[in-house]
Parts: sequence; C-alpha cells; structure tokens
Amino acid sequence: MFGYYLDLALRSLRRNRMLTALMVLAIALGIGASMTTLTVLHVLSGDPLPGASSTLFYPQIDPRDMDGYEEGKKPPDQVTWIDGMNLLHAKRAAHQALMTGGAVPVQPAQSSIDPFYSDARFTSADFFPMFQVPFLYGHAWGESDDDAKARVVVISRALNDKLFGGKDSTGQTLRVKDTAFRIVGVIDSWRPNPHFYDINMGNYSGLEDVFVPLTTSGDVRLDHNGSMDCWGTGSGDDDHMETQPCVWLQFWVQLDGADQVKAYRDYLVHYSQEQKSLGRFERPVNVALPGLMEWLDINKVVPGDVRLQTWLAFGFLLVCLVNTVGLMLAKFLRRSGELGVRRALGASKREVFAQLLVESGVIGLAGGVGGLLLAFLGLWLVRRQPSDYAALAHLDLSMLSITFLLAVGSSLLAGLLPAWRACQIAPALQLKSQ
Amino acid sequence: MEILPILSTLRRHKITAFLVIIEIALTCAIVCNAVFIINQRLDRMAMQSGIDEHRLLHIAVADIGASQDKKAHMQEDLAALRQVPGVTDVASVNQVPFGNSSWNSGIKLDPKQRISTLNATNYYGENIAQTLGTQLIAGRHLQDTDYMDMDDVMRAAAAKDAKAIPHAVVITQKLAERLWPGQPPLGKQLYLADYPITVVGVVKELVRPSILDDSARSYSMILPIRMAVGEYIIRVASPNDRDRVLAAAVAKLKQINPHRVVLKKHVMDDMRHDFFRNDRAMAGLLVGVCVALLVVTALGIVGLGSFWVAQRRRQIGVRRALGATRRNILHYFQTENFVLATIGIALGMVLAYAINLLLMTHYELPRLPAIYFPVGALALWVIGQLAVLGPAMRAAAVPPVVATRSV
Repeated sequence: MFGYYLDLALRSLRRNRMLTALMVLAIALGIGASMTTLTVLHVLSGDPLPGASSTLFYPQIDPRDMDGYEEGKKPPDQVTWIDGMNLLHAKRAAHQALMTGGAVPVQPAQSSIDPFYSDARFTSADFFPMFQVPFLYGHAWGESDDDAKARVVVISRALNDKLFGGKDSTGQTLRVKDTAFRIVGVIDSWRPNPHFYDINMGNYSGLEDVFVPLTTSGDVRLDHNGSMDCWGTGSGDDDHMETQPCVWLQFWVQLDGADQVKAYRDYLVHYSQEQKSLGRFERPVNVALPGLMEWLDINKVVPGDVRLQTWLAFGFLLVCLVNTVGLMLAKFLRRSGELGVRRALGASKREVFAQLLVESGVIGLAGGVGGLLLAFLGLWLVRRQPSDYAALAHLDLSMLSITFLLAVGSSLLAGLLPAWRACQIAPALQLKSQ
Repeated sequence: MEILPILSTLRRHKITAFLVIIEIALTCAIVCNAVFIINQRLDRMAMQSGIDEHRLLHIAVADIGASQDKKAHMQEDLAALRQVPGVTDVASVNQVPFGNSSWNSGIKLDPKQRISTLNATNYYGENIAQTLGTQLIAGRHLQDTDYMDMDDVMRAAAAKDAKAIPHAVVITQKLAERLWPGQPPLGKQLYLADYPITVVGVVKELVRPSILDDSARSYSMILPIRMAVGEYIIRVASPNDRDRVLAAAVAKLKQINPHRVVLKKHVMDDMRHDFFRNDRAMAGLLVGVCVALLVVTALGIVGLGSFWVAQRRRQIGVRRALGATRRNILHYFQTENFVLATIGIALGMVLAYAINLLLMTHYELPRLPAIYFPVGALALWVIGQLAVLGPAMRAAAVPPVVATRSV
C-alpha cells in the first residue's frame, strides 16, 4: 500500500513542479537557517571540560577599599597577587592554580624564522592536572619549579610543530626574552571552548602557545596581558605588581563534592575576615564561589548576537512552515473531488489520511535533506566570518540527529493539518457538486 | 468593490485564510524588528570618531630583550619616524581609537564622593590630539609644560604625591556636557582617584578604543602623560601615500633596533573596518533573512492565489457570464488579498511590538520607533498586491464560456 501511496504522491507532486519546488525550498531554507544558528549556539554554549567542569570553581573575594563601595555588588572578577598567593599556598582545595595571560617574544634557534610574539599563560603548576591537559611529550612542571622560579616552559603542539618539526622537544631550550627556558612538556591538541579560565583574552580564543610558571614570569619580567582593575595607590606599575592594590590574576580551584564546596566557601569568608582584621580589606566580607558553567553564564560568554540569530532563524522556520502548510492545504482541498471519488469507492478516512501524509512526508523529507545541505553551506559561511569562534562551527553527531528530528518533525507538522482537514470531506457532497 | 462577498468566501476557507494571515503577521513582525536592528548597526558603523581616519597609521613594536631606558628609545623612534617622507605628525601613545584595548578611570566631581560619576577612557601621549587630528573647540591643547613621564606619575601615585600628578586635562564635548550640563567646562575641576585636575581644553569628538556602551562612547580624556610602550600613531600628508609611509616607517623602526618585533601595523581605516566586522556580519545576515522572508511570503501568496483562482474557475466564469467585467474579477482578487494583508499586518504590528519589548528586556535594544509601523505595513501591502497580481490577471482572463462547460 505504501508503494502505491508513494506513487500517487510523486505523480501529484510532479503535476505542479513549481509549487512542489517552492514547498521543498521553503522547508529547506527554514531548517537550514535554524540548524546553522542552533549549531553555532550549541558549540558556543558547550561545556569546555566535559566531565571535569562540575568540580571546578572560581573563588572571588573583595579586597578593595571603601571608595566606590555599593552594597550588594559582586566581588571583583580577579584577585590580587597577595591574595592569590595566599589562597594558592593555603592549599584548601584538591587542586588550585593562579594565573594570568601574557605575551612573550620567542627567539627561535634557527635563523630562518624571525623572532615573534606568542600568546602565553603564566600559571602555577596545578593548571595542568586540574584542567586535565593532555600531553603529547613530557609532562607538566612541578610545585618545586614554581617555588624555585625555574626557567621551565611547556609549549603547545602548534609551536612544537613550528619550531621543532613535531619532534619530541622536551629537554631542549626555548629562548624567550633573551632567557633560556628548558622545555619540559608539549601539550597535545587541546582547545577548551569557551576559553573559560581567562575570558579577558577572548571568549573563544585558542590555546596559548607558551606556558611559564607565574613566579618565573615575574622574575624574568615577561609582559602580562588581560584586564587589570586598581584602586587606592594602585597604578598598574608593572615593576611592582606583587604589592599593588590591583586585581589582575585568575584563581581556579577543584572541589570534589558539596562538602568541599561548603568548606571552601567558609574558608573564603574566614580569610576575608582575617584580612579585614589585619586592615588589608576594608569592605564588608563579600565572597562568591561560582562553578565553571555558572561563571560562564554570569559573564554572558555566549554572544548576544548569536542568541538573537537563533531566535530569528526559528521565526523564519515558523514562517516557512506556515507557508508550506497553507500551500499543502490548498493543494489537498483542490483535490477534494478526487478524494471524494476514492472515499466513495470504499477507501476509509484513515487510508486517505495515510495517502496524503505520505505526500506531505515526501515534501518534508526532501526539505529536510535540502535543509541539511543548506546547514552545511551555512556553517561553511559562518566559518569564513572573522569572529574568533568562527572556526568552531561544525556539525557534530548530536546536532546532526537534532537536524534529522527537526526535519521529520516539521514536515509531519506541516503535513498533518492539511491531511486531516482534507479527509474530513463528505464524499457525497463532492460527487454531487461535480 | 463589495467586501461582504469576499468575507463570506473567506469564511468558507477559514484555515487557509488564517494561515495566510499568520504568515503575513509573522513576516511583518520579524521584518520590522530586523530592519530596526539593521539600522542600529548601520548607525553604529557610521559612528563619528573625531579623528582624521584616512590619514592615520598605527604601529606597535615590542622589544625582544629586557629594555633599558625606554624613554630614550621612544624619543629616538619618534625622531626617526618624523624623518620619513610624507609624515606630518607622530605620537607615542597608550591606546588608539578602534584598538579595542583601553585604559579607563572613574571620574568624580567632588573628592568626597564615594561612587564615581562616570567612567571615561584616558588617552596619553605627547602631541596625541594634534596627531589624531581631533578638533579643538575651546581652550588650548596640552603643552610641553603640562606633560609628565608615565614612570614618574606611577611613582607619585604609589607615594600619594599629588604634585607629580598631572594637573591639566582635555576632554570631549560630550563628556563636558555630561559632567557640567549647560556650563562652560573650561577651568572646571574633576577628580581622578582624589587628584584634582583642571579642564584646559575641549575637543569636538574622540571616540573610545573599545565601546561597551554606545551612550558612553565619546567619554574620553587626554591627559598630559608621556608614554613609552611602543605604541605609535603617525599622520601622513596624503591618504594616497599611507601604504608607502607605513612600509617605510616599519622599515625605519626595524633599522633603528633590529632586536624587536613589530606587533601591529595598520592603516586606521582598516582598524575601523575590523572594529565593526561583527556589526557588518550581523547586518548582512539580517538583510538576507528579511529578503528570504519576504520572498517566501510573496511566493506563498502567489501559490495560494493560483490555487484559489484554479478552484474558482467556474464561479469566475459564471460571474463573467452574468456581466462582471474583467476589471471586476481583477479587483475581487486584489481586494481579497488586501483584506487578508490588512488583518495580517494589524496582527503583525502587535506582534512586532511584543517582540520589540522582549528584545528591549533581553538585548538592551531601544524602543521600536513608531515610523516602522506604517512603513512596514506599506511594504507588506505592496508585496501582497504584487504577489497576487499574476494569479488575479489569470482569473480576469477566464472567459465567460467556462460557466457553460461542466468540468
């Protein structure tokens, strides 16, 4: 029976090619647009560290003076050197890392490559185990290297490819700002999205190329990058960053389980009270301990434009669907006579309904396939855009299945109403009016 | 033209008529809001910067090794850049318009004030206003005697030594109007971190390097601080010459000190172009969606119109046989479309307003100006009429003899 219905459907669709093309195209455009934007949204609002993100937290305390104090405002987004070091050395969490972004001049050994500046991250040792950074060669540096301000460096796979042709470079020397650093590890391909640990450096920027212990970076006077907020006597003077009343460092901790989270929050309160009694902090105790995903949410990491585009695309899909429903309905009703004859000859309502549904299903499926192709085209267009997230716009398996569901769902939706309406026809009336 | 027969016909095609109305309403609502957003983006992209964009170059250099005596190097660089043919002005600065990285301070009007009145950006660098080409509209530019070195200012700030902190500032007209509405700003004092600073000059416009809030985009100050961080701006005599000057300037800087890296070298026009790239992409996308929406809606009307015409061939024939002219038939379908479009547009206006309210709360968009409603309505009426014209003409061409034939 299905084969027969399919044959009928194809005949009917062939009878009016322009109209069929219009309906298929409308569904395809709607689905293509929604899938493109939904995929971008999905990629951008994804979990940067699946499996580990629920255990990562971003402690915030308020070390500022009373100038500009307003009740109920959030503590600053970053920490000072003094507080960061205090929290780091207190070791109240399973892992903790203090870090900032930077830029370093790399001086390649070979004369064929000119010196260049690379994005860098100055961090304490726990960065690597805490964020589960995969290593291609070698390993991370240890806490003793942090304490000794050791001249060690971890580099990205991309930089290793560029300077060492992809070979194991551990043990070799990397010259940075006229200083020799020993390469201890090479990070394998790794790009957490969003760039959660420091969203001042671009929400979707790629991995830094050079990783240096934070203590060493101060010692060698490497230039740090990012946002800095100062108060009181703070002037952002690079030569005295260790004592300046400025927040400019990110501090992350790993806490396993609700008990540890509560204990850490209590610790932050206790620490703030202690600093207040020492006279360093002036404001009322104000701490926060958002989780990784919450932190991304608070900072509105996903661009508003992308959300807006998604809404727009679904609005467009809705119009396309309404359009197709209307056309299909008109088409089915126009064939009332034919359907009346079939009903009079003994076809049940259910059978007529099935026949029409097959016809609309064919349109929906064709539209869905077209939509998928258009989504690939759309994503290709997005990738050609200059934004820093452009390169990430790829269709993954889950989005592919959602596309399929969306296509089938919307085509059924577009077919159900017309098919149902058309089989409500009283056969006698139709025959009579002939 | 009688509307009643049309309405009674439409009543017999309730669902189809309803779908057309919904389609028109949705299209109307989405297009109104999309065009509004497009206009906002275009406005943003046309933003006045207050600087001589076509004649400006930006170069950023950084030393590879630890550098001693940055100030002397900076003076040497500036002297060399001035020698490059075609260069009229140079300045060593802390930030550049459209550069996206910015230095900002809270401004107070009273030192006892606990919360800053507003936040403005700080431009530093000797000769910066002249090089950027900002237009001075009152007072004077900052002078050599006003200027202090950044290192000294930092030391003074750490020691709370008010004497070694700059005393003079040049601000933009918009900032002056915001701080002292209706009063002459010259000679007025503002406070940066408790240090009093006197306004000595007002420039017409100078945009911030990074614009988070459009209403605060002109809140800029120029402070008399000498910078030596390797950020240079260069003004050339002729825009046609700028690419050559840029190459020559970069070569010169490399030649003076080969032990450094050129981080950035831009023509200001390109920086501006890059700065608005997301707005441009968004506007382009919205235009695409609007066109697609209108085309889909128009084609939908064409398709539906064709069906109705085909379905009513006999009735049309009967009417023609009973004396209706072709013009009557044409008008019938045109009026029918007009009725549907009008209901759709009315619904669409309400929907457009609702969407705008949503956008206002979630995306900080302003209210949709009233002018969009009549313009949007007119556009959809026109599109509806154009779309229905083809099917209506085909209907008008139906000969009366059809009435006598059985199907």
